[in-house]
Amino acid sequence: MWLINSSVGRKVVMSITGASLVLFLLFHASMNLVAIISEEGYNMICEFLGANWYALVATAGLAGLVVVHILYAFILTVQNYRARGSQRYAVSAGQKDVSWASKNMLVLGVIVVLGIGLHLFNFWYKMQFAEILHMSGVADVDIAKATDGVYWIKETFANPIYVVLYLVWLAAIWFHLTHGVWSAMHSLGLNNGIWMKRIKTISCIVSTLVVLMFASVVVYYFAMSLCA
Amino acid sequence: MEKSINIKLRVWRQAGPKAKGGFETYELKNISTDSSFLEMLDVLNEQLISERKEPIHFDHDCREGICGMCSLYINGHPHGPDSAITTCQLHMRKFKDGETITVEPWRSNAFPVIKDLTVNRNAYDQIIQAGGFVSVNTGGVPDANAIPIPKKDADEAMDAASCIGCGACAAACKNGSAMLFVAAKVSQLALLPQGRVEAAARAKAMVAKMDELGFGNCTNTGACAAECPKSVSLANIARLNREFICAKIKD
Amino acid sequence: MAKTKKDSIVEIAVEAAKEVVETVKEAAKEVAKELVEENETIDAKIPEGPLAEKWTNYKAHQKLVNPANKRKLDVIVVGTGLAGASAAASLAEMGFNVLNFCIQDSPRRAHSIAAQGGINAAKNYQNDGDSVYRLFYDTIKGGDYRAREANVYRLAEVSNNIIDQCVAQGVPFAREYGGLLDNRSFGGAQVSRTFYAKGQTGQQLLLGAYSALSRQIGKGKVKMYSRYEMLDVVVIDGRARGIIARNLITGRIERFFAHAVVVGTGGYGNAFFLSTNAMASNGSAAMQMYRKGAYFSNPCYAQIHPTCIPVHGAFQSKLTLMSESLRNDGRIWVPKKLEDAKALQAGKLKGRDIPEEDRDYYLERRYPAFGNLVPRDVASRAAKERCDAGYGVNSTGLAVFLDFSDAIKRLGKDVVEAKYGNLFQMYEKIVDENPYEDPMMIFPAIHYTMGGIWVDYELQTSVKGLFCIGEANFSDHGANRLGASALMQGLADGYFVLPYTIQNYLADQISVPRMSTDLPEFVEAEKAIQEKIEKLMSIQGKRSVDSIHRELGLIMWDFVGMGRTKEGLETALTKIKEVRKEFWSNVFIPGKADDLNNELEKALRLADFIEIGELMARDALMREESCGGHFREEYQTPEGEALRQDDKFSFASCWKYMGEGQEPKLLKEKLDYEFIKRQTRNYKS
Repeated sequence: MWLINSSVGRKVVMSITGASLVLFLLFHASMNLVAIISEEGYNMICEFLGANWYALVATAGLAGLVVVHILYAFILTVQNYRARGSQRYAVSAGQKDVSWASKNMLVLGVIVVLGIGLHLFNFWYKMQFAEILHMSGVADVDIAKATDGVYWIKETFANPIYVVLYLVWLAAIWFHLTHGVWSAMHSLGLNNGIWMKRIKTISCIVSTLVVLMFASVVVYYFAMSLCA
Repeated sequence: MEKSINIKLRVWRQAGPKAKGGFETYELKNISTDSSFLEMLDVLNEQLISERKEPIHFDHDCREGICGMCSLYINGHPHGPDSAITTCQLHMRKFKDGETITVEPWRSNAFPVIKDLTVNRNAYDQIIQAGGFVSVNTGGVPDANAIPIPKKDADEAMDAASCIGCGACAAACKNGSAMLFVAAKVSQLALLPQGRVEAAARAKAMVAKMDELGFGNCTNTGACAAECPKSVSLANIARLNREFICAKIKD
Repeated sequence: MAKTKKDSIVEIAVEAAKEVVETVKEAAKEVAKELVEENETIDAKIPEGPLAEKWTNYKAHQKLVNPANKRKLDVIVVGTGLAGASAAASLAEMGFNVLNFCIQDSPRRAHSIAAQGGINAAKNYQNDGDSVYRLFYDTIKGGDYRAREANVYRLAEVSNNIIDQCVAQGVPFAREYGGLLDNRSFGGAQVSRTFYAKGQTGQQLLLGAYSALSRQIGKGKVKMYSRYEMLDVVVIDGRARGIIARNLITGRIERFFAHAVVVGTGGYGNAFFLSTNAMASNGSAAMQMYRKGAYFSNPCYAQIHPTCIPVHGAFQSKLTLMSESLRNDGRIWVPKKLEDAKALQAGKLKGRDIPEEDRDYYLERRYPAFGNLVPRDVASRAAKERCDAGYGVNSTGLAVFLDFSDAIKRLGKDVVEAKYGNLFQMYEKIVDENPYEDPMMIFPAIHYTMGGIWVDYELQTSVKGLFCIGEANFSDHGANRLGASALMQGLADGYFVLPYTIQNYLADQISVPRMSTDLPEFVEAEKAIQEKIEKLMSIQGKRSVDSIHRELGLIMWDFVGMGRTKEGLETALTKIKEVRKEFWSNVFIPGKADDLNNELEKALRLADFIEIGELMARDALMREESCGGHFREEYQTPEGEALRQDDKFSFASCWKYMGEGQEPKLLKEKLDYEFIKRQTRNYKS
């Protein structure tokens, strides 16, 4: 199977899973923006994306993408480390056209994963997971709060430690995406000499957009908590 | 213009493929800034020979930047700190008086050290042998002008074909990947009608050979293209990916 | 009694007469034998018939080997340049088992790769009046009427096939907007017949041949031995049957058998130490063949390329060529006034400071018809003449300007950059001056050797089964090679000539089984090499190989260089003997023989360069005329042009090895010009 056996195939898997996750982030970020515009609207979305079968299937799919992406990332890194040979260079210098992010994707990825863990604990565990528990008959679940997304947002981002952690996480995502987006296109062969600069610019715009949308919610609610 | 500098060299010495290597430091005085890096090494070797020591072994041949024989990882850059040149075209005017220069061999699993700074780059030949050609025998070919080729395609093929097979791409890559080398050949031949016929088979065969030889997976850092002495473009890698993916999907 | 007396007198007279007749007969026989011997040995085997039909006739009547028998025959090809790689690939495609050797780490690195400008072919795509005959004529004339007509005609004939072949392999030649192939002009021609791939034509052609070779290696039809150096050819019963080679990584001496041996190891220009050749280019394979009975022909014909970057320091290891194609648009000049030249030499002036009216475009002045595009030997000598007169333009006084300011004005910087950008970049990296603003400085340097191992029409040397191709043979260029013709000759030999002619030999070898490499001839050859290496390693003197090589190079450049004289050459012969003595008594080779040892490799090559240097000087001394790359100052016209002595020297000299320390014997291959009338070369009108 060429998606497993060949280096280009493995990169295709990374690209497709990565690109799908970027699309998810775009969707997630625009959804979050609603929380600034209208709290009711946001909660409606939370309710809509609760423990319905379609939302659950999508969540499972999403989890699958994340797992594959991470798994491949580790496989590739181990292989690449071996390919470099046991004797490393004593002196290494950077190159002008080589972004820092591109050389540190695994480290950035690990930060992103840790952030996801935190995020799942802060939100998903208390919302969709609570609903699942509720449906499977576990008693002591406050089902009312499970679909009240705004409540959790307010609660989390009133805490400056979480705000800082989330902003660090978002920064890592930004770096990861600035390389990830164009690299995915490149690995899928969707690039050429003329488009190289354009795609890198698009990559930058997409990652900035995603991160700004997320960050705006964090900052907005932190500011709100200070005002309150 | 011409002046002299004194430098310190930290050079990787290794007696043989299995021997344990290490850095040795040498001092050199009055090196003309007009001399090339390899000429500076010649001077050092003369010095070593006069001390009845074994000179440093390094690969070099044409000394005009085209044969691809010279290598050397100098101060963290394959072919040294200057851009778009090979080590033999690097001149000492790029270094400062009193500078310590670290010289290492290519480091990649697929390029084992033979002695000192000399490495075995046979893997690149093997990749070409797997498919880096157009399957025509001598004789029995059509007239050279029988198939017109758009100038743009011919020029782009030429740019890809300017690869000298020196190995700097794999040496520069943190993943030890040979993608730029493979991509350059696949691109050159895919762009020309003569090579188009076998394009799919070629991409598959060359990538398979590259993987088999233990080169790493490309993560598009672009270090290869940034360090390439012939400025072969990263866009070739996108073309290789395209060719390869299309070929696999068609299967 | 009287009768008996008379009878006896008669008898005596008859006896005496008989004796005389016998003696005369014997003598005549001797003479005849000698004549026959010489004729036999110097039989170029040129096919009968009109010039244009010779090659066709040859191919129609030569012997071939059938496919089943090809599998039974092994051929060794030494060298992987244009000639070697194309020959190895073509022979393997046909079905022979090929063993291919090169000294570099990969066959793609042979020095053919460094050729910049282009490759000639008589395609006449430009409709400017080119034809096979014209290419043939230009080559003969460019070679100063010292090449073999039949070979040159064949070369011109197959030149077109080469372009077709290379395009089919995916060589990205430059094209015009209509998609068809572009051409440019080169020295010594009035048509545009040079095909090119930027300034990297040699690279692209070599990579084409290398890809064909790689395909055969992949198929297992060629066994590739890289980082192997040939150290001797093994001759069994008068036929070449294999080689001895050293594995450069392990230092092991190994033996290889084949039914025929083909050598394409390039030229011996590095005898001059400083040349445009690669560092490892050497003439050792040629000397090994020479010592085994192959004639060395015209060793004194060495080409000095007019456009190289000048020498600038004692540390210099090699010279860099700037492509001849630059002479398409660049104009060569020196100042008219001596004081301007002095100021340039002192660094007080720059080329661009000198006004137009004070510039002497000496090539355009002396050769109005060809201008800057005169052949290389002519351009080189003209540069030397100006510099000798004190008009040199750099600190050493040994440089002239190659100026693109007119071309930049006429075509724009972009066009000039598109055409020559990589050459300009190369110049700037080396000299640290911007050639778009200041004119380039150039000076002649040793570049190519027309001389080499003598071969007949079939490219076979005087040893049966031993073939020599490309620059290594004495070739089709006569006394001077035209630009863009080396690539043509290398590929012609490898793709289209040798694969045919070698079959004429191999057809008789089909019943010869593969021989053991334990035969005494192999063992002895290996032993001799081991002894030579041991001797070199044991000298343990004081001098490095390079320091002695530099010394040899200086002697060569001073006395066997651009201008040669009888006295100078005699001096050279004496001095070379001293160098030889110094080398064999005072060289120091560090390290071990059974290891990767660059110094030992260089020493083995230098040992042969010393012999080649001597042979060059000897040949130059013998050839009392000026022709092409060989310029004897005693033989020039009042205007300083080369003066040939056709009545005496219309031959290719063939030096036969007579043993170590012995003077070689001179044999001559007479050059009969049946189809072309010899003229004095004229590039003026």
